[in-house]
Amino acid sequence: MEATPTLPALHYLNNGYGLKSWLLTKDHKRIAILYLISISVFFFLGGLMALLIRLELATPEADLLSSDTYNKAFTLHGVIMVFFFLIPSIPATLGNFFIPMMVGAKDLAFPRINLLSWYIYLVGGIFTFYALAAGGVDTGWTFYTPYSAAVSNTHVIATALGVFIAGFSSILTGLNFVVTIHRMRAPGMTWFRLPLFVWAHYATSLIQILGTPVIAITMLMVFVERAFGFGIFDPARGGDPVLFQHLFWFYSHPAVYIMILPALGVMSELIAAFSRKKVFGYSFVAFSSLAIAVFSFIVWAHHMFVAGISVYSAMVFSFLSFSVAIPSAVKVFNWTATLYKASISFETPMLYAYGFMGLFTFGGLTGLILATLGTDVHLHDTYFVVAHFHYIMVGGAIMGYLGGLHYWWPKMVGRMYNEFLSRIAAILVFVGFNLTFFPQFVLGYLGMPRRYHMYPPEFQVLNVLSSAGASVLGLGYVLPLLYLLYSLKKGAVAGPNPWGAAGLEWRTSSPPPTENFPITPRVTTEAYEFEPQMAPEFKLV
Amino acid sequence: MEQQKEASTLGMWTFLLTEILFFGGLFMAYMLYRIWYHDAFAAASRTLDLRWGGLNTVVLIASSLTMALGVRSAQLNRRKPLLLWLLATVVLGSVFLGVKVIEYSDKFEHHHVPGPNFVWESHEAAPAGEHQLGGGGPVTEPGRAASESAGHAPAASNPQFQQWTQIYFSLYFTMTGLHALHMIVGIVLMSVIAWMAWMGRFDDHYYTPVEMSGLYWHFVDIVWIYLFPLLYLIDRS
Repeated sequence: MEATPTLPALHYLNNGYGLKSWLLTKDHKRIAILYLISISVFFFLGGLMALLIRLELATPEADLLSSDTYNKAFTLHGVIMVFFFLIPSIPATLGNFFIPMMVGAKDLAFPRINLLSWYIYLVGGIFTFYALAAGGVDTGWTFYTPYSAAVSNTHVIATALGVFIAGFSSILTGLNFVVTIHRMRAPGMTWFRLPLFVWAHYATSLIQILGTPVIAITMLMVFVERAFGFGIFDPARGGDPVLFQHLFWFYSHPAVYIMILPALGVMSELIAAFSRKKVFGYSFVAFSSLAIAVFSFIVWAHHMFVAGISVYSAMVFSFLSFSVAIPSAVKVFNWTATLYKASISFETPMLYAYGFMGLFTFGGLTGLILATLGTDVHLHDTYFVVAHFHYIMVGGAIMGYLGGLHYWWPKMVGRMYNEFLSRIAAILVFVGFNLTFFPQFVLGYLGMPRRYHMYPPEFQVLNVLSSAGASVLGLGYVLPLLYLLYSLKKGAVAGPNPWGAAGLEWRTSSPPPTENFPITPRVTTEAYEFEPQMAPEFKLV
Repeated sequence: MEQQKEASTLGMWTFLLTEILFFGGLFMAYMLYRIWYHDAFAAASRTLDLRWGGLNTVVLIASSLTMALGVRSAQLNRRKPLLLWLLATVVLGSVFLGVKVIEYSDKFEHHHVPGPNFVWESHEAAPAGEHQLGGGGPVTEPGRAASESAGHAPAASNPQFQQWTQIYFSLYFTMTGLHALHMIVGIVLMSVIAWMAWMGRFDDHYYTPVEMSGLYWHFVDIVWIYLFPLLYLIDRS
């Protein structure tokens, strides 16, 4: 029998306790924890807004919120969830923590820039908090002109600056990852031995580097237009609001892949670890990440089919949007093939992985319906769109994030969480999610437009279902917060490799020492080389 | 050490890539409006003083030269020339900004700063623009294909002409302003590097910060090399 694992004597968490040892840390693992705490705050704030929205929509009349307050609630929900939770979610926490460990490095290439990115993120967050406290903003997270630049009398400037600033933290994270993956790999860690999580983050970083500056400049143009009265997008002064939409979606469509690609990377790790098998078609999965990153930049106008763009460009963008389905499907098929004849176990992270595969596929297929020109005219700006992107963003990105968090939590803190509670939470999230968003597909198809806080009484049943689902989903999100915090002190000690997973990060103690590995690792095998495992009864000795 | 240098170089080039896309959004907007409101843009660009713009171009190219010579001095471990070339770069950068201040204040005097006080006198359109047809841009519905509503009013007397020149100046100020901000950052950076050189932090083994700031400086220079013809030169006659 193996001895009961104990916590290592010295690790990154007990290496200094003062506030200064955290706020001035250059350790990528501590910065990941700082990010984890701050994005969780934003997540629950954004979730609160979502709860307000669903509460209001439980009845057809406007009874809880006024129209103005409702507009502010969905705007803040969008801004906070997109820019302050989803975009940093996996890269800044799990990516930050594990990319250096997976490539066998002591830290990211630029530790100080990593810390700087967290501070920049906080400054952006403070601007957004200010906008919220000062009375909110009502443009929607899309900031469409001319409303945002010339009409709205809410706090657009503070919010736009918040997004502008937070963008730089995203750029710096991406830049750090690219350089780390290029230059910091351990001896023997070739490109095709990298875990697929790293490949997915490489693709994500490319989008962050190439896309984010464009939203930054767009926000800056809205800012000068609003603050100094410059005319760039205002049609009353000869400006073109459609230009704004082009620039906005040139970033914001790829941004969707900033959110989902890391989750796809987490998925490859989970599937491999809990089926104890190499990911089928490693190089296809790796390159499909890059393909998604490339395609993501040439499909943006599918958000604008009814904005008056030419029919021919709409056709081209429709066709290109379909082609994104190919690399996405490659991944799903390869995961399925990995599961084939594998020794699968059903721990909590794997439950999230299964949930992810179903929801991501469903969300992706409904995306094809929206990419079709004819159907999009009918479905544009309805709840169908809302349901579609929540299937990808919540059903995909957040499921991936939670799955990854549960998978690597023992490595991050050295202790296990309560397995029973975590399975319950995973099931609650899955059920609550479907109950919330599936009725919205039907609502959208029936013609309920998004962003309205009143609706005809015949839509009430579906809306009540959706609101009920939201409360289940909320419960599913609060539960992990509780048992994960509880596990920090009381959880069973995990040991270096509780899942029997492959990968460098499992070859060091949990929690890892500040320098990650006692000696620089030398890599001699492909990714996901599992040691042959015999059933316990056949074990020798 | 070698690995660090390689990492810094790759990081810097990646950063410059983001900078290209950062300015790229503005260039995109400029291109679109220039095609739509060609005559207004041409007329507005004629109000810029070619002498100041030309002088600044020369100053910036010279500053790139001094910067390159600075990096070379660092490579050859010549501390004093390094310091002098860095200071020369700072001085030339400041000259550029000084000229920019003169140009901006000229815009203020002529009410060419976009916003409520913006004024465009019709006689400001130089002869070439006077007899041409109005800009091909949309008159009532921007965003539609430009050809649909090609204006047929004489350029300067079209009431929208003033609006279109205002777009030109909006972009002029945003683009040159953003460039000037980068110049200010660059000058601060150069001063810090010069101070570090003064303290003897660099030798022929370690001069990565000098080289990286040099890359940044050349980038800012190149942005101007594109801004100058776009804003000052094209269709001027």
